[in-house]
Amino acid sequence: MTEPQVVIVGAGPAGIRAAQTLAAAGLCPTVIDEGARAGGQIYRRPPDGFIRPPGTLYGSQAGKAVALHTAFDGLVAAGRIVHLPRRSVVALADGTLHTVGESGSRRIGYDRLILATGATDRLAPLPGWQAPGVYSLGAMQIALKAQGVAMGRRIVLAGSGPLLTLLATQLLKAGAEVAAVLDTAGMRAQIAAFRDLAVRPSFALQGLAMRARLGRHYHAGVVLEGIEASDTGVTAIRWTDAGEQARRTACDAVGLGWHLKAETQLADLAGCRFAYDATWSQWLPCTDRMGRAGDGVYLAGDGLRLLGADGAEVAGRLAAAACLSDLGLPAPDTAADLKRLDRLERFARGIARAFPWPTDQVRALPDDAVLCRCEGITAGAVRETAAYGGAEANRVKSLGRAGMGRCQGRYCQLAAADLIAVTGGLAHAGEVGRLRAQAPVRPALVSALLEEE
Amino acid sequence: MSGTAFGAPPEPGGRLVRLAETGRQPVRFLLDGAERMALTGDTVLTAILTNAPALRQAEFGPEQRAGFCLMGACQDCWIWQEQGPRIRACSTPVAEGMRLLTRTRRDWP
Repeated sequence: MTEPQVVIVGAGPAGIRAAQTLAAAGLCPTVIDEGARAGGQIYRRPPDGFIRPPGTLYGSQAGKAVALHTAFDGLVAAGRIVHLPRRSVVALADGTLHTVGESGSRRIGYDRLILATGATDRLAPLPGWQAPGVYSLGAMQIALKAQGVAMGRRIVLAGSGPLLTLLATQLLKAGAEVAAVLDTAGMRAQIAAFRDLAVRPSFALQGLAMRARLGRHYHAGVVLEGIEASDTGVTAIRWTDAGEQARRTACDAVGLGWHLKAETQLADLAGCRFAYDATWSQWLPCTDRMGRAGDGVYLAGDGLRLLGADGAEVAGRLAAAACLSDLGLPAPDTAADLKRLDRLERFARGIARAFPWPTDQVRALPDDAVLCRCEGITAGAVRETAAYGGAEANRVKSLGRAGMGRCQGRYCQLAAADLIAVTGGLAHAGEVGRLRAQAPVRPALVSALLEEE
Repeated sequence: MSGTAFGAPPEPGGRLVRLAETGRQPVRFLLDGAERMALTGDTVLTAILTNAPALRQAEFGPEQRAGFCLMGACQDCWIWQEQGPRIRACSTPVAEGMRLLTRTRRDWP
């Protein structure tokens, strides 16, 4: 019998641990990743020639980052896994992945597929967010980590979630000027979630300590009103503080983000089922506890459940163990990891409740605010389309183009769903339906598609 | 404000501020025909935005664009090169002699 071909998409914590587990069982999986070096976004490594040590790049998580990088690089060097960096999977069908890299396209067949595609920032629109100088929080962290740059001279961070506090701390430490940290979550929601957050006391305390050090920079329970800009970019952000005072903070860059959104396009093309998850306010793929989606497809990491980096490592091992056992091969014992997964999920759901999606901000968007950054489609146009064509996400996309642009709805889908739900008189965003993924899930040059390697 | 590799504050029109890793080898490239400097290991996005406030003109609105997600997901940072092919600025390393444009070539239809 020839060795089964297992392909892993994504070389973050989940993909690395999945690859390691398969290699330990004697398989030689192929790992396809868009990054130049393995690590994913959270443990992203700078290019060659950069000199900051891991302690500077990853703080208290440096040990985990180095362990993952070392494990992966060692397996590649030993020829026990095949690493295809700087390569995007743009489509999949009938057991074949369609990939695009610098030298052209390549079709890669698989018997089993592990998708560890991670997450993007979850974004809510704000009037003026199309201006140059507005970035996702993740973008600002990548810029600092992988390029050593701040995205502006005077930065405001706004939104909610663990990254808001972490990024502010990292930027200040690196010498950037952070003018304000604006959290749309009120203290009440944060305190209410504390029982769940206490299952990981050291993590929760680290977050609180970081928050305390931000001092006067940090404001909880704010309402974001809009971003002001000149021709060359952002000039200020307007907001209302928890005491209902109107405020304006001058700045030349704004980082926005409300926790994370699972990157699920490939899971969708692979035929996975989805369900709306009210805690995380988004559609997530359905699997068993191990990550089995059926049909030889397994999911792991933030692309399945938003548990963060530690949860991704656990989920990567579990998905690989499920894959091995389905192939009839000896699999490692998973009892301890399944228990870890439960604890990490309880914590992660606590985080999601403490730093919720800003439904009120989205529903209050003025008609002339841009909702879709790709094509400048306004909130008013989405409301009008939903009223005219029906309150269903894919219809609004077809008729009004929200979700049709080149990011394929990654950054407007959730906000559009809120507006469509209100227009259609539906109880919540989950009832408007989920945008169907379309291949290619990344823009691909025609020349790359023509030149097969 | 932190200095750059060239021992001077950021370019007056630049958006990004270099906070670390400034000892890398310089790279020369052309931005809209004018010679500019970046550092080896910079992405095209970093190279342009340390010299200019934006990457390109939006197709669907009056504003300019300067990238958004930096992880290859939003597709906001695709720019033109003089010789034709477009590149995604956040995920393409800058290289010596690149001829980058913040607008489409004027002689193109």
